Amino acid sequence: MLGYIIQRVIQSGFVMLAMSALVFLGVYAIGNPIDVLISPDATQDIREATIRHYGLDQPLWRQYLAFLGRLLQGDLGRSFVLNIPVLHLVLSRLPATLELALTSVLIGAFIGIPLGIYAGYRPESPVSKTIMAVSVLGFSVPTFWVGLILILTFAVNLDWLPAGDRGPTIEIFGVGWSFLTWDGLRFLLLPALNLSLFKLAMLIRLSRAGTREIMLTDTVKFARAAGLTDFTILRRHVLRLISIPLVTVFGLEFGSTLAFAVVTETIFSWPGVGKLIIDSITSLDRPVMVGYLILVAFLFVTINLVVDLTYAVLDPRLRRGRRV
Amino acid sequence: MAQFWREYRENWIATLALAVVLLIVAAALAAPLITPQDPYDLANLNLRDARRPPGFVGSGGYVHWLGTDAQGRDLFSAILYGLRISLQMGVAAGTVAFGIGTSLGIMAANIGGKIEQGIMRLVDLQLSFPAILLALVLVAMLGQGRVPLIIALVTAQYAYFARTAYGAATAERQKDYIEAVRATPLPGRSIVLRHLLPNCMPPLIVVGTVQIANAISLEATLSFLGLGLPPTEPSLGMLIANGFQYMMSGRTWISVYPGIALILLIVAINIVGDQLRDQFNPRLRR
Amino acid sequence: MTKALLQVRDLRTHFETRAGTIKAVDGISFTLERGEILGLVGESGSGKSVTGFSLIGLLDPPGRIAGGSVMFQGQELVGRSQAEMRKLRGKRIAMIFQDPAATLNPVLTIGQQMAMAVQAHGGTGQGAALALAERSLARVGIPDAAIRLNAYPHEFSGGMRQRVAIAIALLHEPELIIADEPTTALDVSIQAQILAEMKTLAQESGTALIWISHDLAIVSSLADRVIVLYLGRIVEFGPVSDVLRAPLHPYTRGLLDSLPAMADPGQKLRQIPGSTPSPLHMTPGCPFAPRCAHAADLCRSEPPAVGDQHHGAFCHHPLPAPA
Repeated sequence: MLGYIIQRVIQSGFVMLAMSALVFLGVYAIGNPIDVLISPDATQDIREATIRHYGLDQPLWRQYLAFLGRLLQGDLGRSFVLNIPVLHLVLSRLPATLELALTSVLIGAFIGIPLGIYAGYRPESPVSKTIMAVSVLGFSVPTFWVGLILILTFAVNLDWLPAGDRGPTIEIFGVGWSFLTWDGLRFLLLPALNLSLFKLAMLIRLSRAGTREIMLTDTVKFARAAGLTDFTILRRHVLRLISIPLVTVFGLEFGSTLAFAVVTETIFSWPGVGKLIIDSITSLDRPVMVGYLILVAFLFVTINLVVDLTYAVLDPRLRRGRRV
Repeated sequence: MAQFWREYRENWIATLALAVVLLIVAAALAAPLITPQDPYDLANLNLRDARRPPGFVGSGGYVHWLGTDAQGRDLFSAILYGLRISLQMGVAAGTVAFGIGTSLGIMAANIGGKIEQGIMRLVDLQLSFPAILLALVLVAMLGQGRVPLIIALVTAQYAYFARTAYGAATAERQKDYIEAVRATPLPGRSIVLRHLLPNCMPPLIVVGTVQIANAISLEATLSFLGLGLPPTEPSLGMLIANGFQYMMSGRTWISVYPGIALILLIVAINIVGDQLRDQFNPRLRR
Repeated sequence: MTKALLQVRDLRTHFETRAGTIKAVDGISFTLERGEILGLVGESGSGKSVTGFSLIGLLDPPGRIAGGSVMFQGQELVGRSQAEMRKLRGKRIAMIFQDPAATLNPVLTIGQQMAMAVQAHGGTGQGAALALAERSLARVGIPDAAIRLNAYPHEFSGGMRQRVAIAIALLHEPELIIADEPTTALDVSIQAQILAEMKTLAQESGTALIWISHDLAIVSSLADRVIVLYLGRIVEFGPVSDVLRAPLHPYTRGLLDSLPAMADPGQKLRQIPGSTPSPLHMTPGCPFAPRCAHAADLCRSEPPAVGDQHHGAFCHHPLPAPA
């Protein structure tokens, strides 16, 4: 088991390396690398000084190594627009996005999985058919459109909830979290709901498909023959069995959630990392783009690692078995 | 084939969805013929007609059935042309992704060894990377316009086809009839084209349908964020984005109508894809 | 005379499909005494498994019991609600299936699954449940039962897994165990072991056993009485030795003749001519008539039972006793 963990960690390290190389190539090789470092309206002298400073006249591999070196020290450059180190900028906005993403994942899981299991347990009931029909919508409708509708309904027409921005925060460990304030929750609800819909739909469909298949297996028949109630069967057999594919999706979807946060944050003016990347693309603030990409790559690799390890915990067949 | 149709028609929702898709495609193709205005021709636009509600009679002398947008475009025309773009992008990206992905997947399954592992590793990695981020990054790097957009969409989507093709090809290769065919002196390429490929088609068609819907959705999202086509060729996403700021003041039609058109298209395609998947799946049949 | 444990009268189970109604079980009647071992023999499609499911109330839709009565210890089972049947299942009537790899959940330990089966009836604590599980495992011959409780199904061999399933069935000391081809998926050597052990277990605990199988040979070594099914109807019934020695029904004769053990080396295996017809297109009268060498016009109408209560067949032309 330990060997497996170490092996996966090393693999993740390699992937991280590969991704950093890709980002490097993407930004430094395509397009003018100097544009990443200084704003386009700098004078010629400053340009040349910067070129020499960053060694842009050096061969590419040397530049890459220098890039890596800076990376490991946490130096991702400075934002053109705001002139703060990129790392600080990104980290300062991260809590808002994490808050949003985690809330939406929780909504998705605690509502989606039970609904999906029910739909798989009684697939012919009208409730199930309604659930599935609605899930198709959640699945196919683009996130930005849902956000629009949510704002239209709740903020404009009904005026129950605010239409944008983040609520007041309470500090823990020097980081502000808005879900801890009542008002903060009001601001959090709509964007989190918006973000969660895609995941909700996906979890409903997956849970349903898994439950349907499992309910027809001999395992369930045998459990029924032993006199177990259907509720116990759903709770202990089905849930455990579908958790394996669900976790995979969960892990992958968390990354996807972070990505879609880009759209939600834009619509709801939520001051997170997603909004940051859009703003930086439109304002051509390339160091921020690079910083964001590296961060995302890192998060991805970590998430994949965690998913793999959770897999091993959930499916005992993956651990080394003793033959009886 | 006829049996397939008969079963399909049993699900009236799916049949309706298919009708909607065909209707939209027909309307989009006929757009130059049925719209009163060419929304791309800036000379046509009159700012005095801007932001007018549905039913307004504009300076061109015709009724704006769905109102006008902030530039004075007739929304009905803009929507139809926008649908055109959505369909073009979606189908183009979907087809190219289909071609590349399927080839890669089948190649990996056939050649095996390190190449197989290498390709599938790449595909897996890519699958875990959300399409939207990838597209964002590529558009940011390559700039705006149709070609970069298609490249971005294809890159985001080929992996699904590759993985599906790989899975199907691997399963098929293990079946006896492939062994039998390989025993004949047919060249490898022929085996792939005439035996392997046709049998991998069902899941690929399902993936293809869904991916076209995804491509349309992705393109709309990118346009919404301002990263799609230039503002002179408004796709549905851009129309929606442009109208966003007017929502609070009650001029909701500018965003809502293009939105409805988009949703109809995407949901209809997804329903059709769903139905296809259910019909192709042997395990769910009683 | 003690009342019979199980009395089945004219049981009918139908499946409503798109293509029509399939009469999987078409009027079966038999009795089972306490502690008796009954073999239910037939080919695929004979309705033997469906009979088992009907008795324990585990029919999947589109199947349903269309008529008849099943009296278990004097109480009618047909028409009972699922909630009531659940209380019986596992406690008074248990069932074992064919493939233990499919019946045991791969992601839960044996102990967990057994404890769930114990706790399904009555509020036993976790500790007591596991202790009971351990005793049951020991009873079916699994060594180091205490350690094995923490093992997962994939860590057991096929034969061991089936023993675990049997142990689960025995947990609440049921009066009746229905075994649906439990040895078919196992190696031949293990088969014999399990058969012998089951016989001993049944006799020790006084549990009645219905053994469903397509293999007459297996049934002959285990059962007291045997019922032969064809297309959802009983064609012959009787004590095992009698039926094997002097079969009355041509179908039974055909089954016996086609056993490899019955054939001489070098001789072609004898088969029953024709193949099992689709249950959708049943001819009136004797279901075996289309394939029977002795069939006459009379056989196209309902054949009466011939023979005594002990050993009889539903046939107009029962075979004569061997010389």
